[in-house]
Amino acid sequence: MTPGQRRWIFLAAGTGLVLFYLSGLLGLPAFGSYPGPYGPAILRVAVAQTNATGVVSAINFDYRGFDTVGEEFILFAAATGVAVVLRRLRGERERPAVDEAADRHVPPTSSAVRMVALLFTGPVVLVGWWLASHAQASPSGGFQGGVVLATAFVLIYLSGEFLVFKRFSPADLTDVVEAVGAGGFAALGVAAVLMGLPYLTNFLPLGQVPGAVSSSGTIALISFFVGLEVAAAFILIVGELLEQTLLIRQGRP
Amino acid sequence: MNVLAVHTPYSVPAGMMEALQVTLLVLVAAGATAVVLIRARVRQVLMLSIYGVLLAVLFLAFQAPDVTLSELAVGAVALPIVLLLALAKVRKREE
Repeated sequence: MTPGQRRWIFLAAGTGLVLFYLSGLLGLPAFGSYPGPYGPAILRVAVAQTNATGVVSAINFDYRGFDTVGEEFILFAAATGVAVVLRRLRGERERPAVDEAADRHVPPTSSAVRMVALLFTGPVVLVGWWLASHAQASPSGGFQGGVVLATAFVLIYLSGEFLVFKRFSPADLTDVVEAVGAGGFAALGVAAVLMGLPYLTNFLPLGQVPGAVSSSGTIALISFFVGLEVAAAFILIVGELLEQTLLIRQGRP
Repeated sequence: MNVLAVHTPYSVPAGMMEALQVTLLVLVAAGATAVVLIRARVRQVLMLSIYGVLLAVLFLAFQAPDVTLSELAVGAVALPIVLLLALAKVRKREE
């Protein structure tokens, strides 16, 4: 087949695809139109039922809490997988680190980078903590808060050294925190079952003021556990990858 | 014609909101194209991070602040970090 023939076949197929796609676009419902009954129904009852003014969190951690348990364990399994592949296991021997590009110039961290990273570490921890602990009142939640908290540890790495990063996040501690976060979420569901309620029923008192930190029962608690799990999982993944990357650089003066 | 803008209780005129949304859609399309076209790997990762920020702002303009937060944390920060670490590892092997 000559290139010319191929081009004609491509043009014909491409035109067909574009027409097909455009006809599909024209048949779409208007933006924001939602024909299902579930959304309007939940918007009407959510705040009254859960005392959470962050309705997204109420859906994620209460109405559809079972889905979120599954999602959380996806991340848990991913972090575990990274650790299993990259960590040295019993009976495995690690080759001593060899600098494969010894003549390469590694620029030292500039003081500007150090300064900015140091300045941001505190506020980032604060924002992450706020996001993870205010799911009941805002569109935040444990997932976003956890990732932001993990970012603070990356800033610690940027402002200092890998050894400092490791001192702030020892592997044993991140493992435990990750397990507590993931297990706490699942255990809250089991606790409801032990009380004779369906799995992940919101069994805690909902508080008086909607959207207050103490309101919304298990929603706030689950969000907090998710925050722990996500932060630890990201620190673990980034830590393992950093270790791989820096294995070689450690022997340098 | 009110195709894009969602009706809100806020006092922003629908036409203004629509203009913002269309602008952001164009920017996101340009950003995605730039991510594909840039071939230098570290620059590509940085562009991906900028693209993550653009997407986050787009989600905010379409009234999904929860997705905005996730996209900011994952798309603009976490994914680029993991990619940069992987690049550092690969680069060492190649040199």
